[in-house]
Amino acid sequence: MNISYQPEIFEFNTEQCLKVKKILACYPQDRKASAVLPLLDLAQRQSGGWLPRAAMDHVAEILEMAKIRVYEVATFYTMFNLEPVGEHVVQICTTTPCELRGAGSIMKTVREEIGVGPGETSKDGKFTLLEVECLGACVNAPMMQIGDYYYEDLDEISTRKILQAFRRGETPDPGPQNGRKGSEPVEGLTTLTHLTRG
Amino acid sequence: MAKVTIDGKELEVPDGITVLQACELAGKEIPRFCYHERLSVAGNCRMCLVEVSPGPPKPAASCALPVGDGMKVKTSSPMVKKAREGVMEFLLINHPLDCPICDQGGECDLQDQSMAYGVGESRFRENKRAVPDKNIGPLVKTQMTRCIQCTRCVRFITEVAGVEELGATGRGENMEITTYVEKALSSELSANIVDLCPVGALTSKPYAFNARPWELSRTESVDAMDAIGSNIRIDSRGREVMRVLPLQNDEINEEWISDKTRYACDGLRRQRLDTPYVRRAGKLEPASWDEAFAAIKQRVNVIDGKKIAAIAGDQADCESMVALKDLMIKLGSTNIDCRQDGALIDTKSRSGYIFNTTIAGIEESDVCLLIGTNPRLEAPVLNSRLRKSWMTTGLKVGMIGMGYDLTYPYEQLGAGPQTLQEINQGKNSFRKYLDNAEKPMLVLGQGALVREDAFAVLHLAREIADQTGMVTENWNGFNVLHTAAARVGGLDVGFVPSNPNMSVSDVVAGAEMVYLLAADEISMGQLSSSFVIYQGHHGDAGAHVADVILPGAAYTEKSATFVNTEGRVQRGTKAVFPPGNAREDWTIIRALSDHLGHCLSYDSVGALRERMIEINDIFSMPNQIIPSRWGSFGADTGVSAKPFLNPIVNFYMTDPISRASETMANCTRDILGTEDKTGTDG
Repeated sequence: MNISYQPEIFEFNTEQCLKVKKILACYPQDRKASAVLPLLDLAQRQSGGWLPRAAMDHVAEILEMAKIRVYEVATFYTMFNLEPVGEHVVQICTTTPCELRGAGSIMKTVREEIGVGPGETSKDGKFTLLEVECLGACVNAPMMQIGDYYYEDLDEISTRKILQAFRRGETPDPGPQNGRKGSEPVEGLTTLTHLTRG
Repeated sequence: MAKVTIDGKELEVPDGITVLQACELAGKEIPRFCYHERLSVAGNCRMCLVEVSPGPPKPAASCALPVGDGMKVKTSSPMVKKAREGVMEFLLINHPLDCPICDQGGECDLQDQSMAYGVGESRFRENKRAVPDKNIGPLVKTQMTRCIQCTRCVRFITEVAGVEELGATGRGENMEITTYVEKALSSELSANIVDLCPVGALTSKPYAFNARPWELSRTESVDAMDAIGSNIRIDSRGREVMRVLPLQNDEINEEWISDKTRYACDGLRRQRLDTPYVRRAGKLEPASWDEAFAAIKQRVNVIDGKKIAAIAGDQADCESMVALKDLMIKLGSTNIDCRQDGALIDTKSRSGYIFNTTIAGIEESDVCLLIGTNPRLEAPVLNSRLRKSWMTTGLKVGMIGMGYDLTYPYEQLGAGPQTLQEINQGKNSFRKYLDNAEKPMLVLGQGALVREDAFAVLHLAREIADQTGMVTENWNGFNVLHTAAARVGGLDVGFVPSNPNMSVSDVVAGAEMVYLLAADEISMGQLSSSFVIYQGHHGDAGAHVADVILPGAAYTEKSATFVNTEGRVQRGTKAVFPPGNAREDWTIIRALSDHLGHCLSYDSVGALRERMIEINDIFSMPNQIIPSRWGSFGADTGVSAKPFLNPIVNFYMTDPISRASETMANCTRDILGTEDKTGTDG
């Protein structure tokens, strides 16, 4: 645990402190512990996408919980990263629907593009690649999540484009990358065609 | 009451119990790993599956299912048998097949239950998971690959021990029991998780690879490391005590013991006095019993009887104290004291020096005032009752004295006797809680009695007890918490000076000969001009200043009577023989009396116990609580302003045995982070 990347201390910055206050107000005084997930999320965002031990300790202190109870929560949820990650966390879904729709080739493309495999961070520190289970966007398979956004209906070309845009510091438009809207049928509407859109 | 049918047998069971408990009432054995009577229900091992109707057509976890009227339960149907076999197979998927090198072997729930309920064969061909071992301190050894995630240890540490330091991190196959950040568990009850662990994941570190359970002889006895008198089982092999385990006694220790009770036993092998010694030309030399007795006789003959004093130590048994008291009377001395820490305790009324509420009674109390005591260090098992009372019924606790993390919240009211006065005069806000309480109690620790104004403190406490209705027909909330196993017994046999205001230093002042009966904690400086006889089992402080050493027996080596802080008379059993030439203590005093020409009238332990009953009737009623009449004690002589100081600083080293124990030295270093001198430092 005494690994060099662990910061000694963690405190919420002014902006986050306001959010903490807001979140705590949602729960009764003696049920503060309910706020552990949103607070850990805030802490992870402030710490560059990962959750240092000092941050978990700080959350425990705010919520008057035993530290081990916070560690339990943080280690249970895979969305909390307990080690430093790259600037953008790329999560590729490889569960059955995505796999059938070509998640394998998306994974291959991403590996080629950023030069590392799942669980690793690219040399330039831009990307961390994770292989994850279903993210619930099966109708738009295959898909990946980068940061907070879903990029769906991927193919090799669109995947490369997205990663290159992120590398340049841009944030490409999330959502389906094959031109359809949401999860509408790819080849145009099949029902309710006589209604005008409104 | 609910009517249930279990395996065709109809019976009435109390409402609100679980199906598992109902099955036990019906005499059916339900296998289980995670369920434990004294812990919360987790329901995660699934071993206790039974068939219940009405209900869904699938097996139900009986430990988490409340009984309902008209339930029909089957505990040995084909469905149940198949379910158990399935659960067992799953549990064994990741459990290593290392029973031959596992310390739990022979007393392992998983081993036993897989024999009884398993299929004997696994269909799992993949690799088993491996989990890194954790370092959770000097007492509990971990082998986490063996863990089946029952979480008994997590629940015990959280609920009973009250230090939230152990948890289950990760999920699914990656779940691990850990402290996450490596640290030693800081609880004084931590090693109970070794008993709770149903597999070999948590085993005893000091006892690792020392013995197999079937090699050991078991002796049921009583602990002497604190004044609770926990019931213990001493496991010995040959002449050696291998380990100490708790015995269940719901009135005293439930089924827990403190880490000191459990692990100080390796101190029984070190620093032992195994032959008499006589000081010749300033140097202690081994001698025969006759030489030792002759050396004493030579001195006794030239000393006025009134100039002889006798002090009984914290682990002295009642038999030897009675024998020594009788001998002292024959020699013409009344300078005897069993309060070697200097406590002033009024023995006028028995209710003034025992824990009247009883340990189990704590659970009924609603408000508790702690005075000059730190129960967590002085009696960890009793402290867990206070915690239990707080957890279940919200016991309100107030504290006068030094603050400490007691594992439950309390209100710090003050530091010394003035606060007691305030409460007595109704000026303290805590008074209203005591006034409104149904069953209030107060606990006076030794920190409140090892002081010159002890009688005044006793008087004040008694007044508070009277005014707040602590003493009624069926409730007595006045309690003294002792730290020494010998103390209440010593007071009961009258091992105190004739003048109640004399403390131990007054008793030894001016004495030309001092007889120390396993007394090692008095300040030895005041004995420099006296002839010192030390009778005891360890080469500790007392033996260093002695002129004659008589080797006695430790509490595991004699059949001896102890009275616990509740005033409960309990009899320990001899598990092993004392080493070398050492003898049981009362026989030494009997033999010495013969040599001195003041032969004591009893020559068997039976006759000695008759004599004990003659002195105090209480000894005829072992294992019982005899309520004491609410008498008068203490004196209204005015209190000083000095704050109460807690007597125990280092929990792990309080007596000659624990000071000689390597394990206790490791605990002092790894848990408290201090390097106290051990008994082996010379």
